Amino acid sequence: MSKKNWPLWEVFIRSKQGLSHKHVGSLHATDAEMAMENARDVYTRRSEGVSIWVVESLNITASNPENNGEMFEPAQDKVYRHPTFYDLPNELKHI
Amino acid sequence: MNKKEKLFCYIQGMGDNALILGHRLAELCGHGPALEIDMALSNISLDLLGQTRSYFQYGATLGIEEFNTEDSIAYSRDARDFKNVLLVEQPNEDFAYTIVRQFLFDSYHYLFLHELQNSKDKTLKAIAEKSIKEVAYHLRFSSQWMKRMGDGTEVSHEKMQTALNDLWDYRGELFVPTDIEQEMADKGIGVEVSAFKETYEKNIARIIEEATLKIPESTWVQKGGKEGKHTEHMGYILSELQWMQRAYPNMEW
Repeated sequence: MSKKNWPLWEVFIRSKQGLSHKHVGSLHATDAEMAMENARDVYTRRSEGVSIWVVESLNITASNPENNGEMFEPAQDKVYRHPTFYDLPNELKHI
Repeated sequence: MNKKEKLFCYIQGMGDNALILGHRLAELCGHGPALEIDMALSNISLDLLGQTRSYFQYGATLGIEEFNTEDSIAYSRDARDFKNVLLVEQPNEDFAYTIVRQFLFDSYHYLFLHELQNSKDKTLKAIAEKSIKEVAYHLRFSSQWMKRMGDGTEVSHEKMQTALNDLWDYRGELFVPTDIEQEMADKGIGVEVSAFKETYEKNIARIIEEATLKIPESTWVQKGGKEGKHTEHMGYILSELQWMQRAYPNMEW
Protein backbone atom coordinates (compact mmCIF):
# COMPACT_ATOMS: atom_id res chain seq x y z
CA MET A 1 0.00 0.00 0.00
CA SER A 2 1.43 3.35 -0.94
CA LYS A 3 0.92 6.13 1.56
CA LYS A 4 0.44 9.57 0.15
CA ASN A 5 2.21 12.16 2.25
CA TRP A 6 0.95 15.65 2.90
CA PRO A 7 2.87 18.35 0.98
CA LEU A 8 6.13 19.60 2.42
CA TRP A 9 6.46 23.11 3.83
CA GLU A 10 9.54 25.12 4.83
CA VAL A 11 9.44 26.98 8.10
CA PHE A 12 11.09 30.33 8.86
CA ILE A 13 11.17 31.81 12.33
CA ARG A 14 12.18 35.18 13.65
CA SER A 15 13.51 35.08 17.18
CA LYS A 16 12.93 37.84 19.70
CA GLN A 17 16.30 39.48 19.07
CA GLY A 18 16.52 38.45 15.44
CA LEU A 19 15.93 40.95 12.67
CA SER A 20 15.11 38.47 9.96
CA HIS A 21 13.34 35.15 9.64
CA LYS A 22 15.67 32.19 9.55
CA HIS A 23 15.02 28.82 8.03
CA VAL A 24 14.57 26.28 10.82
CA GLY A 25 13.32 23.18 9.07
CA SER A 26 10.39 21.67 7.27
CA LEU A 27 7.16 19.81 8.01
CA HIS A 28 4.12 18.24 6.38
CA ALA A 29 0.71 19.91 6.17
CA THR A 30 -2.27 19.95 3.85
CA ASP A 31 -2.60 23.73 3.66
CA ALA A 32 -1.14 26.99 4.92
CA GLU A 33 -3.28 27.15 8.05
CA MET A 34 -2.27 23.67 9.13
CA ALA A 35 1.34 24.40 8.24
CA MET A 36 1.27 27.45 10.50
CA GLU A 37 -0.15 25.51 13.45
CA ASN A 38 2.20 22.61 12.92
CA ALA A 39 5.13 25.02 12.77
CA ARG A 40 4.00 26.50 16.06
CA ASP A 41 3.79 23.07 17.63
CA VAL A 42 6.99 21.64 16.21
CA TYR A 43 9.36 24.60 16.12
CA THR A 44 8.38 27.11 18.81
CA ARG A 45 7.94 24.86 21.84
CA ARG A 46 10.93 26.40 23.60
CA SER A 47 10.13 30.06 22.92
CA GLU A 48 12.24 30.14 19.80
CA GLY A 49 10.31 32.82 18.04
CA VAL A 50 7.88 35.70 17.80
CA SER A 51 6.99 35.34 14.14
CA ILE A 52 6.55 32.43 11.74
CA TRP A 53 6.59 32.20 7.95
CA VAL A 54 5.66 29.03 6.13
CA VAL A 55 6.04 28.44 2.42
CA GLU A 56 5.29 25.33 0.46
CA SER A 57 8.59 23.77 -0.55
CA LEU A 58 7.66 23.41 -4.20
CA ASN A 59 7.46 27.21 -4.44
CA ILE A 60 11.14 27.53 -3.69
CA THR A 61 13.57 27.68 -6.58
CA ALA A 62 16.97 26.44 -5.48
CA SER A 63 20.36 26.90 -7.10
CA ASN A 64 21.87 23.77 -8.52
CA PRO A 65 24.99 22.57 -6.66
CA GLU A 66 26.48 21.51 -10.00
CA ASN A 67 26.66 25.15 -10.98
CA ASN A 68 28.47 26.20 -7.84
CA GLY A 69 31.63 26.89 -9.82
CA GLU A 70 30.21 29.57 -12.04
CA MET A 71 27.79 30.81 -9.41
CA PHE A 72 30.01 31.35 -6.42
CA GLU A 73 33.71 30.87 -7.12
CA PRO A 74 34.26 34.11 -9.07
CA ALA A 75 33.51 36.07 -5.89
CA GLN A 76 36.13 34.32 -3.83
CA ASP A 77 39.19 36.35 -4.89
CA LYS A 78 37.55 39.75 -4.82
CA VAL A 79 38.36 40.79 -1.28
CA TYR A 80 37.93 44.46 -2.14
CA ARG A 81 34.18 43.88 -2.14
CA HIS A 82 34.24 43.46 1.62
CA PRO A 83 33.93 46.68 3.58
CA THR A 84 36.90 45.70 5.76
CA PHE A 85 39.02 48.57 4.41
CA TYR A 86 36.77 51.26 5.77
CA ASP A 87 36.46 52.64 9.26
CA LEU A 88 32.80 52.32 10.19
CA PRO A 89 31.11 55.07 12.19
CA ASN A 90 29.81 53.83 15.55
CA GLU A 91 26.25 54.74 14.64
CA LEU A 92 26.10 52.00 12.04
CA LYS A 93 24.53 48.85 13.38
CA HIS A 94 23.92 45.35 12.12
CA ILE A 95 26.73 45.13 9.61
CA MET B 1 -16.17 20.32 55.94
CA ASN B 2 -14.31 23.48 56.83
CA LYS B 3 -13.50 26.33 54.45
CA LYS B 4 -10.11 25.02 53.41
CA GLU B 5 -11.38 21.51 52.79
CA LYS B 6 -14.08 22.86 50.53
CA LEU B 7 -11.61 24.92 48.57
CA PHE B 8 -9.38 21.84 48.33
CA CYS B 9 -12.31 19.87 46.97
CA TYR B 10 -12.99 22.55 44.37
CA ILE B 11 -9.35 22.62 43.30
CA GLN B 12 -9.35 18.83 42.94
CA GLY B 13 -12.21 19.04 40.45
CA MET B 14 -10.33 21.41 38.17
CA GLY B 15 -7.00 19.67 38.65
CA ASP B 16 -8.45 16.21 38.03
CA ASN B 17 -10.06 17.26 34.75
CA ALA B 18 -6.72 18.57 33.51
CA LEU B 19 -4.77 15.60 34.87
CA ILE B 20 -6.95 12.86 33.40
CA LEU B 21 -7.38 14.51 30.00
CA GLY B 22 -3.66 15.25 29.95
CA HIS B 23 -3.00 11.59 30.70
CA ARG B 24 -5.31 10.42 27.93
CA LEU B 25 -3.41 12.60 25.46
CA ALA B 26 -0.09 11.41 26.83
CA GLU B 27 -1.14 7.85 25.94
CA LEU B 28 -1.01 8.97 22.32
CA CYS B 29 2.58 10.15 22.48
CA GLY B 30 4.37 8.33 19.67
CA HIS B 31 1.06 7.14 18.18
CA GLY B 32 -0.25 10.32 16.55
CA PRO B 33 -1.47 10.09 12.96
CA ALA B 34 1.41 12.30 11.79
CA LEU B 35 4.58 13.48 13.49
CA GLU B 36 3.31 17.06 13.61
CA ILE B 37 -0.03 16.05 15.16
CA ASP B 38 1.75 13.79 17.59
CA MET B 39 3.72 16.78 18.84
CA ALA B 40 0.64 19.00 18.93
CA LEU B 41 -1.22 16.50 21.13
CA SER B 42 1.80 16.05 23.37
CA ASN B 43 2.09 19.83 23.74
CA ILE B 44 -1.55 20.02 24.80
CA SER B 45 -1.00 17.14 27.20
CA LEU B 46 1.95 18.95 28.77
CA ASP B 47 -0.03 22.20 29.02
CA LEU B 48 -2.75 20.34 30.91
CA LEU B 49 -0.23 18.63 33.15
CA GLY B 50 1.31 22.01 33.93
CA GLN B 51 -2.09 23.35 34.87
CA THR B 52 -2.68 20.30 37.05
CA ARG B 53 0.55 21.04 38.89
CA SER B 54 -0.49 24.63 39.51
CA TYR B 55 -3.78 23.49 41.02
CA PHE B 56 -2.27 20.71 43.11
CA GLN B 57 0.64 22.81 44.34
CA TYR B 58 -1.93 25.27 45.58
CA GLY B 59 -4.03 22.47 47.08
CA ALA B 60 -0.97 21.16 48.91
CA THR B 61 -0.63 24.47 50.80
CA LEU B 62 -4.09 24.27 52.33
CA GLY B 63 -2.99 22.28 55.34
CA ILE B 64 -4.70 18.96 54.63
CA GLU B 65 -2.38 16.49 56.26
CA GLU B 66 -2.42 13.56 53.85
CA PHE B 67 -2.23 15.86 50.83
CA ASN B 68 0.65 18.18 51.59
CA THR B 69 2.50 17.65 48.31
CA GLU B 70 1.33 17.83 44.70
CA ASP B 71 2.41 14.23 44.19
CA SER B 72 0.38 12.93 47.10
CA ILE B 73 -2.73 14.49 45.56
CA ALA B 74 -2.07 12.99 42.15
CA TYR B 75 -0.76 9.59 43.17
CA SER B 76 -2.33 8.50 46.41
CA ARG B 77 -6.04 8.76 45.72
CA ASP B 78 -8.28 5.95 44.48
CA ALA B 79 -10.79 6.30 41.66
CA ARG B 80 -13.63 7.14 44.07
CA ASP B 81 -11.71 10.20 45.23
CA PHE B 82 -11.16 11.60 41.75
CA LYS B 83 -13.57 14.36 40.79
CA ASN B 84 -13.01 14.71 37.06
CA VAL B 85 -15.99 14.64 34.72
CA LEU B 86 -16.67 11.40 32.84
CA LEU B 87 -15.95 13.08 29.49
CA VAL B 88 -12.20 13.40 30.04
CA GLU B 89 -11.70 9.76 31.04
CA GLN B 90 -13.27 8.38 27.86
CA PRO B 91 -10.74 6.37 25.83
CA ASN B 92 -8.93 7.66 22.75
CA GLU B 93 -10.52 5.01 20.46
CA ASP B 94 -9.37 6.80 17.30
CA PHE B 95 -8.39 10.30 16.20
CA ALA B 96 -12.04 11.30 15.77
CA TYR B 97 -12.88 10.44 19.39
CA THR B 98 -9.74 12.20 20.57
CA ILE B 99 -10.66 15.39 18.73
CA VAL B 100 -14.36 15.41 19.65
CA ARG B 101 -13.57 14.80 23.33
CA GLN B 102 -11.00 17.58 23.20
CA PHE B 103 -13.35 19.94 21.42
CA LEU B 104 -16.23 19.41 23.83
CA PHE B 105 -13.89 20.00 26.76
CA ASP B 106 -11.83 22.88 25.30
CA SER B 107 -14.98 24.83 24.46
CA TYR B 108 -16.01 24.58 28.10
CA HIS B 109 -12.50 25.01 29.49
CA TYR B 110 -11.94 28.30 27.70
CA LEU B 111 -15.19 29.85 28.94
CA PHE B 112 -14.57 28.46 32.42
CA LEU B 113 -11.10 29.97 32.70
CA HIS B 114 -12.38 33.22 31.28
CA GLU B 115 -14.69 33.46 34.29
CA LEU B 116 -12.14 32.11 36.76
CA GLN B 117 -9.99 35.13 35.93
CA ASN B 118 -12.46 37.11 38.07
CA SER B 119 -12.05 34.84 41.10
CA LYS B 120 -11.66 36.47 44.47
CA ASP B 121 -9.01 33.88 45.18
CA LYS B 122 -5.75 35.40 43.95
CA THR B 123 -4.02 32.10 43.22
CA LEU B 124 -6.91 30.71 41.19
CA LYS B 125 -7.13 34.00 39.35
CA ALA B 126 -3.42 33.80 38.49
CA ILE B 127 -3.69 30.18 37.34
CA ALA B 128 -6.63 31.11 35.11
CA GLU B 129 -4.81 34.06 33.59
CA LYS B 130 -1.83 31.90 32.72
CA SER B 131 -3.80 28.88 31.50
CA ILE B 132 -6.30 30.64 29.30
CA LYS B 133 -3.69 31.43 26.65
CA GLU B 134 -2.80 27.76 26.42
CA VAL B 135 -6.42 26.72 26.28
CA ALA B 136 -7.22 29.30 23.59
CA TYR B 137 -4.78 27.42 21.40
CA HIS B 138 -6.19 24.02 22.37
CA LEU B 139 -9.61 25.22 21.29
CA ARG B 140 -8.26 26.55 18.02
CA PHE B 141 -6.56 23.22 17.35
CA SER B 142 -9.54 21.02 18.18
CA SER B 143 -12.05 23.28 16.38
CA GLN B 144 -9.94 23.25 13.27
CA TRP B 145 -9.74 19.46 13.28
CA MET B 146 -13.48 19.17 13.89
CA LYS B 147 -13.99 21.06 10.64
CA ARG B 148 -11.23 19.34 8.70
CA MET B 149 -12.47 15.87 9.47
CA GLY B 150 -16.18 16.59 9.63
CA ASP B 151 -16.03 18.32 6.29
CA GLY B 152 -13.33 15.99 4.98
CA THR B 153 -13.86 12.68 3.26
CA GLU B 154 -16.83 10.38 3.55
CA VAL B 155 -14.92 8.15 5.95
CA SER B 156 -13.67 10.96 8.18
CA HIS B 157 -17.14 12.50 8.27
CA GLU B 158 -18.68 9.23 9.36
CA LYS B 159 -16.06 8.65 12.04
CA MET B 160 -16.55 12.15 13.42
CA GLN B 161 -20.33 11.77 13.52
CA THR B 162 -19.99 8.46 15.37
CA ALA B 163 -17.61 9.98 17.91
CA LEU B 164 -19.84 13.02 18.38
CA ASN B 165 -22.92 10.84 18.92
CA ASP B 166 -21.05 8.69 21.45
CA LEU B 167 -19.54 11.53 23.48
CA TRP B 168 -22.42 13.97 23.26
CA ASP B 169 -24.18 12.91 26.49
CA TYR B 170 -21.04 13.46 28.55
CA ARG B 171 -20.81 17.23 28.03
CA GLY B 172 -23.83 17.99 30.22
CA GLU B 173 -22.01 17.05 33.42
CA LEU B 174 -19.73 20.07 32.99
CA PHE B 175 -22.75 22.26 33.69
CA VAL B 176 -24.20 20.41 36.68
CA PRO B 177 -22.45 21.91 39.71
CA THR B 178 -21.94 19.91 42.88
CA ASP B 179 -22.98 21.53 46.16
CA ILE B 180 -19.43 22.62 46.83
CA GLU B 181 -18.97 23.99 43.31
CA GLN B 182 -22.15 26.00 43.73
CA GLU B 183 -21.04 27.29 47.10
CA MET B 184 -17.68 28.34 45.67
CA ALA B 185 -19.42 30.12 42.81
CA ASP B 186 -21.75 31.92 45.22
CA LYS B 187 -18.76 33.12 47.21
CA GLY B 188 -17.07 34.51 44.10
CA ILE B 189 -14.16 32.08 44.42
CA GLY B 190 -15.42 29.58 41.89
CA VAL B 191 -17.21 29.91 38.60
CA GLU B 192 -20.95 30.09 37.98
CA VAL B 193 -21.06 27.61 35.11
CA SER B 194 -24.72 28.17 34.29
CA ALA B 195 -23.77 31.72 33.25
CA PHE B 196 -22.06 30.51 30.09
CA LYS B 197 -23.94 27.32 29.29
CA GLU B 198 -25.90 29.04 26.54
CA THR B 199 -22.74 30.51 25.01
CA TYR B 200 -21.16 27.06 25.14
CA GLU B 201 -24.02 25.39 23.33
CA LYS B 202 -24.09 28.15 20.75
CA ASN B 203 -20.33 28.00 20.16
CA ILE B 204 -20.18 24.25 19.73
CA ALA B 205 -23.28 24.24 17.51
CA ARG B 206 -21.58 26.73 15.19
CA ILE B 207 -18.45 24.62 14.78
CA ILE B 208 -20.42 21.37 14.44
CA GLU B 209 -22.46 23.01 11.71
CA GLU B 210 -19.36 24.29 9.93
CA ALA B 211 -18.00 20.77 10.17
CA THR B 212 -21.15 19.63 8.30
CA LEU B 213 -21.95 17.31 11.22
CA LYS B 214 -25.34 16.73 12.77
CA ILE B 215 -26.04 17.80 16.34
CA PRO B 216 -27.19 14.67 18.17
CA GLU B 217 -30.75 14.80 19.42
CA SER B 218 -30.12 13.17 22.79
CA THR B 219 -30.69 15.35 25.84
CA TRP B 220 -29.48 12.77 28.34
CA VAL B 221 -26.85 13.97 30.82
CA GLN B 222 -24.37 11.22 31.67
CA LYS B 223 -22.83 12.21 34.98
CA GLY B 224 -21.23 10.93 38.16
CA GLY B 225 -17.54 11.71 37.79
CA LYS B 226 -17.68 14.83 39.94
CA GLU B 227 -19.05 12.66 42.76
CA GLY B 228 -16.40 9.99 42.28
CA LYS B 229 -18.65 7.59 40.37
CA HIS B 230 -16.53 6.86 37.35
CA THR B 231 -16.77 4.70 34.27
CA GLU B 232 -14.93 1.41 34.08
CA HIS B 233 -12.02 3.18 32.37
CA MET B 234 -10.91 5.07 35.45
CA GLY B 235 -9.26 2.16 37.24
CA TYR B 236 -7.11 1.38 34.21
CA ILE B 237 -6.05 5.00 33.86
CA LEU B 238 -5.01 5.19 37.49
CA SER B 239 -3.19 1.87 37.49
CA GLU B 240 -0.94 3.25 34.77
CA LEU B 241 -0.77 6.78 36.17
CA GLN B 242 0.01 5.71 39.71
CA TRP B 243 1.82 2.41 39.51
CA MET B 244 5.27 3.75 40.18
CA GLN B 245 4.23 5.57 43.35
CA ARG B 246 2.21 2.54 44.38
CA ALA B 247 5.10 0.17 43.78
CA TYR B 248 7.72 2.43 45.35
CA PRO B 249 5.88 4.65 47.85
CA ASN B 250 7.41 8.08 48.43
CA MET B 251 9.98 7.60 45.71
CA GLU B 252 11.43 10.72 44.16
CA TRP B 253 13.03 11.37 40.79
